[in-house]
Amino acid sequence: MIAEFGLAALWFAAALAFLQLLAGALALTGRGEGLGAVIRPVAVVQGVLALVAFGALLTLFAETDLSVKLVAENSHSAKPMLYKIAGAWGNHEGSMLLWVTVMGLAGGFVALVEKRLPEPTMQATLAGQAFVSLGFYAFLLFASNPFDRLSPVPAEGNGLNPLLQDPGLAFHPPTLYLGYVGLSIAFSFAIGALVTREVGPAFARAMRPWVLGAWIFLTLGITAGSYWAYYELGWGGWWFWDPVENASLMPWLAATALLHSAGVLAARNALRAWTVMLGVVAFSMSMVGTFLVRSGILTSVHAFAVDPKRGTFILALLAIYIGGALTLFAIRAATVTEGERFAVTSRESALVFNNVMLTGSLGIILMGTLYPLVTEAFGEKVSVGPPYFNPVTAIFVVPMLIVLAIGPLLRWRRDNVKRIAPMLAIPAVLAVLALGAAIVLAPGRVLPIIGLALAPAIAAASVLPLRGRKLRQVKLPLWGMVLAHLGVAMALFGMASDSAFTTEKLVAVRVGDVTPVGPWSIRVAAVEPIAGPNWTALEAEMQASYEGSAPVVLRPQARTFWAPPQNTAESALHTRWNGQLYTVLGDQAADGRWQLRLWWKPFVPMIWLGGVLIALGGLLALLGRVASDVRRLVVRDRIAFRRERQGR
Amino acid sequence: MSDVTPPAKRRWSLWLPLLLFGLFVALVAWGLIVPKDNNVPSRLVGHPLPQFALPAGAEGKPGLARADFAGGKPRLLNIFASWCIPCAAEAPQLAQLAAAGVEIDGVAVRDRKDDLAAFLARNGNPYARIGTDDLSTLQLAIGSSGVPETYVIDGKGTIRYQHIGDIRPDDVPMILKKLEEASL
Repeated sequence: MIAEFGLAALWFAAALAFLQLLAGALALTGRGEGLGAVIRPVAVVQGVLALVAFGALLTLFAETDLSVKLVAENSHSAKPMLYKIAGAWGNHEGSMLLWVTVMGLAGGFVALVEKRLPEPTMQATLAGQAFVSLGFYAFLLFASNPFDRLSPVPAEGNGLNPLLQDPGLAFHPPTLYLGYVGLSIAFSFAIGALVTREVGPAFARAMRPWVLGAWIFLTLGITAGSYWAYYELGWGGWWFWDPVENASLMPWLAATALLHSAGVLAARNALRAWTVMLGVVAFSMSMVGTFLVRSGILTSVHAFAVDPKRGTFILALLAIYIGGALTLFAIRAATVTEGERFAVTSRESALVFNNVMLTGSLGIILMGTLYPLVTEAFGEKVSVGPPYFNPVTAIFVVPMLIVLAIGPLLRWRRDNVKRIAPMLAIPAVLAVLALGAAIVLAPGRVLPIIGLALAPAIAAASVLPLRGRKLRQVKLPLWGMVLAHLGVAMALFGMASDSAFTTEKLVAVRVGDVTPVGPWSIRVAAVEPIAGPNWTALEAEMQASYEGSAPVVLRPQARTFWAPPQNTAESALHTRWNGQLYTVLGDQAADGRWQLRLWWKPFVPMIWLGGVLIALGGLLALLGRVASDVRRLVVRDRIAFRRERQGR
Repeated sequence: MSDVTPPAKRRWSLWLPLLLFGLFVALVAWGLIVPKDNNVPSRLVGHPLPQFALPAGAEGKPGLARADFAGGKPRLLNIFASWCIPCAAEAPQLAQLAAAGVEIDGVAVRDRKDDLAAFLARNGNPYARIGTDDLSTLQLAIGSSGVPETYVIDGKGTIRYQHIGDIRPDDVPMILKKLEEASL
């Protein structure tokens, strides 16, 4: 019954999305007398119904109802509860249901609280959101029904891919989706603003908190995904330029650019057409990414849920939504008047530079991701990896990082280089010192040296905007910016340090042998079998001693899951303030020796700490914006109330 | 928004994003329609074999060297391994080719001597020579991306054709035809 209930909720939600679109279209063309008033409530109920459908799927997975095809194919009664629930989104159908749920909830939330924009613009925005949702409802109901039954009912399920049975990955997809799909709001706002010709500071202010919220989740999701790949796959790497990773990075780059350009539009009423364009591009990148991942058109290690027929369906949706939005943009942007002007040396210019560089790196990553497909069209087969992505991305990112250090110190509209030059003395000196140190410590490694030289300078420069201010009076968004930029410096340092200073050892040892790795010496004390809920494993006990100090114990495992049958290497990590020790237990050779892979990675955790700091900066900015919006609303209501009383 | 709306200029650049998106759609639509071919063909087809000399892999059969392919008669070079299941599946077809008078040389990739002997005892031994390629050196040098793969080598040692995957029964006439072409 629960499956049918969920399916019914999904159909009703789809019907309401259609109503929402219809009401919006009629109200905007002036034919729907009073219809405009139903849009907001309909949007809210639509979101709630989508949530109900998703709740039904969660219940089915929690109960392991094997009469439902999706559960039988992706779950197993012996799985721990966390992974039973995570199984609901660890597959194509469930994740698409999560997609429409997030779209519905985001739309409902906007309908509830967003009161700043003129009502027609809001109606157009919500109609746009419903229009996009409708396509994904259709996709679910006609091509990926998560509630399909199975007959006969199997005795047991197939289980979830063991690589996904990890706490990090249980939360990674929903977090990423909140970001990915949350950007749909920016898309709909852009559509609404274009349709009603309301591209201005009010539009930017209304859109900004939503973009910020989505961006925070996206940042956290990418950070978590990177850390998961790092410790779960046992390769010791944290970014592989895999098409699926690029699919999450591209919307993030677009959203980061959008945040900064929306700031310019809100504060200075400049960059109008550009900001609208980015609003369209950010969510378009989410959809393009989903298409690339789900269609199987690109070969990827993440190919968990691939089906070419679905690819065709999503491509049709892309053509309608992105093609439609870009056509609307081309027609309407010509009528968007030019915004305020600004001098070359100004905060605006720095932000324009940031935008161009972010968009440039987005373009170059998209090209690299699609390039194998392009060459295949001409009969050549190539694969594109780090030797392409690392240098070409650096071409855009390095200049952007330098401007990141300078830009926040510049004033709006017009500034003078001489004014800020003395402030930059400290970062400049730090950069020179760090450059010297990096050349000595990591000779010949160009990109790591640049990273190591820039990171301390950016860190110092990112706190400079606080200079000369009373810290108690500094507004939250400024704190947010400082923290986020500090996070960038931190992540950069971690990345550069990892590629410059990592030591790797591949050895075959007997129990009792001691192996040195960097400052560590590692002794394998024992290798013993152990059993988990749905796996058995060989577990090594390693006593690792840092420069002769008291040993810490690490227990890497070679795990064998039995549903589905698969072996995984569960790495064991030990984190110190100055880096991470990474151990993997491999196979046993014929002569009884154990293969070990050991890494000492100085300062590598700073990559993810930096990511978390960036997200935290976003959160502070969001809190600050929301608080001031609420304050403004309260004041406005009071004034209106007083006027009304005086009027009588 | 603004009180004075200037006359809308025709700005063709605004259509650029749509144009780029159109190109993207065309590209991926092509990618969806054309069936996916995951084979990686060797770039060395049409080129002479590189120099190599592999130690013998099985009792009673000599090892394999570049010089063995200069005899003036086309030969098959079969890349296989005892741990490879499609290799066992193609054994009857190799036997059929050997029975038809084709000379086949084998390269056992990343194999163990005992396993290899057991494999040959179980599936038959159609090979004139068997070389062992423990580190896939030759395999990589001739652009083979997996096992099994079979190369048609002409009498001068030039690679004329590469067959990726196991030889199915329907492939046998085609392989024989390729050998005939190589002897011309």
